[in-house]
Amino acid sequence: MHNNLKRRKILSSSMTLITGLFSVFAICALLLILGYIALTGARALNIGFLVNMPKPIGEPGSGIANAIAGTLILISIASVIGLPVGILGGLYLAEFGSNRFGNILRFLIDTLTGVPSIIVGVFAWTVMVRPMGHFSALAGGVSLAIIMMPIVARTTEEMIRLVPQSMREAALALGAPVWRMSLGVVLRAAAGGVATGAMLAIARIAGETAPLLFTALSYNFMSTDLNQPIASLTYQIYYYAQSPYEEWHAMAWAATLVLVTMILAINITVKMLTRQQYQ
Amino acid sequence: MNSMSPASANTHRLSSFFLKRRGRLADQLFKLITLLFALAIAGLVVLMIVEMARDSSLSFEKFGPSFIWREVWDPVREQFGALPFIYGSAVSSIIGLIIAVPVSIGVSVFLVEHAPRSLSTPISFLVQLLAAIPSVVYGLWGIFVLAPLLRDTVYPRIQSTFGFLPLFKGTPNGLGLMTAGIILSIMIIPIVTAVATDVMRAVSRTQPEAALALGATKWEATWIVIQNARSGITGAVILGLGRAIGETMAVTMVIGNRAQISASLFDPSYTIASAIANEFTEATTETYRHALVELGLILFVITFVINAFARLLVWGVTRGQGKGAHA
Repeated sequence: MHNNLKRRKILSSSMTLITGLFSVFAICALLLILGYIALTGARALNIGFLVNMPKPIGEPGSGIANAIAGTLILISIASVIGLPVGILGGLYLAEFGSNRFGNILRFLIDTLTGVPSIIVGVFAWTVMVRPMGHFSALAGGVSLAIIMMPIVARTTEEMIRLVPQSMREAALALGAPVWRMSLGVVLRAAAGGVATGAMLAIARIAGETAPLLFTALSYNFMSTDLNQPIASLTYQIYYYAQSPYEEWHAMAWAATLVLVTMILAINITVKMLTRQQYQ
Repeated sequence: MNSMSPASANTHRLSSFFLKRRGRLADQLFKLITLLFALAIAGLVVLMIVEMARDSSLSFEKFGPSFIWREVWDPVREQFGALPFIYGSAVSSIIGLIIAVPVSIGVSVFLVEHAPRSLSTPISFLVQLLAAIPSVVYGLWGIFVLAPLLRDTVYPRIQSTFGFLPLFKGTPNGLGLMTAGIILSIMIIPIVTAVATDVMRAVSRTQPEAALALGATKWEATWIVIQNARSGITGAVILGLGRAIGETMAVTMVIGNRAQISASLFDPSYTIASAIANEFTEATTETYRHALVELGLILFVITFVINAFARLLVWGVTRGQGKGAHA
């Protein structure tokens, strides 16, 4: 009996140890990947890399200025389309969607969140690239907007549901119509949370590659024409990684460092902001 | 009061009625507009299915349902079948799950049962950061760091011990099913951990606490929590599977991209998503492109079913908790 208890206690503490080790393992994986990116990327990273245009292989001073600009343009297009649709859609789900119909919409929107991004790329090609006859920044932006919308809608809904019922009642009691209550009081009260959700959605689409393969494609020069193909950091990383040149591999790591820094900065900022809110 | 004629009282009533009505009209309009946006998002799913079905008609007419189990992929002779890609997607995802599930559940148990709040918040944030790293970055890391490491040190050791199994035959060049599965496992740890942590936090604490009071060890009490949350944990695992099957860039970069069914996990393979990524812009004939879109449709249906099923399981646990709290 005593022996049995000892065995049970040993099992218990070894399971505690194992779960702890798994946690350490997961964090080590993160640190190893980030550390490798930081070390390898920093070697090829300098100011010139950020402000120069790509140059032929062998020529010094090659850069990714066009890809950085392209990624920012693609994110802007996606945000202009995706944020209003997502936020107003989320508003509907929160304010009027507590019924069967709302549940069906919610189910479809959640399904869209789970659709692989490559499928979104194929869809955007079918409805944008084929009718227009060529690849374009606009098609790329639309495909990113499609990925963004369901995420923004659902976080907006959650944030709006956190607004206390008493605030709604106060607004209605003062004679405000429902639309003013929703937009002027409820949405404003939830604005911080909604903005947080929007930032996370932007961080998510900034790292997308698959939907751009058949939509925005890439472009070797600086371009602001939304009707033409456009470069992006993620496509450039993919392209350089697949090439046989050492020099381009180094550029892929440097571009990765730029991209990952951008994305992690957004994630960490959001985390710090939301933590302050709770304290 | 007396000066107010019945007529003016009526006007007053009427105007307030109109005001109310106008208010209602604006409200109806507001509801309608937001509804349109919500419908637009939800409608995209339906539109995707319709467009993809229309754009795979040539392939569907030519091969019928046999497309799913045909093993040939020959763009030159226009012979297409999905089996090698379904095999590659399934096997790489299963390898990913075999590695990711124990780790994720371990991390969840640690977060819920062992770690103090001051430790669990940063740990879960760091684990979630794994999900923030873009797929293409995992691919880059896979090609230049993980694949050479596995090829030179890990795979030869596996072969020297288990080399007699057909699973581990051949000469590994680092790019193949196994490497893709290992990359996938790292990529799905965050989602499985997040959902498993949620469901384990949602189940009732009374049973494990009663067990502890009766002298159960910490692990025995934890086991009760796992048992009570098991349908939700299953949901978490299935959500991870859905994520793994749809994953594109990282897998495309490390799986070797060869449409074949080979018993060895060290051999190159191909997944549905990576076939579309690699070949869609190169599809020279209509039938070729339609075959690729049909692959996409299959992937869509698989992820749809997986996600719907997983969500039902997770809701079952977390919603049950909500009811209990209200009662």
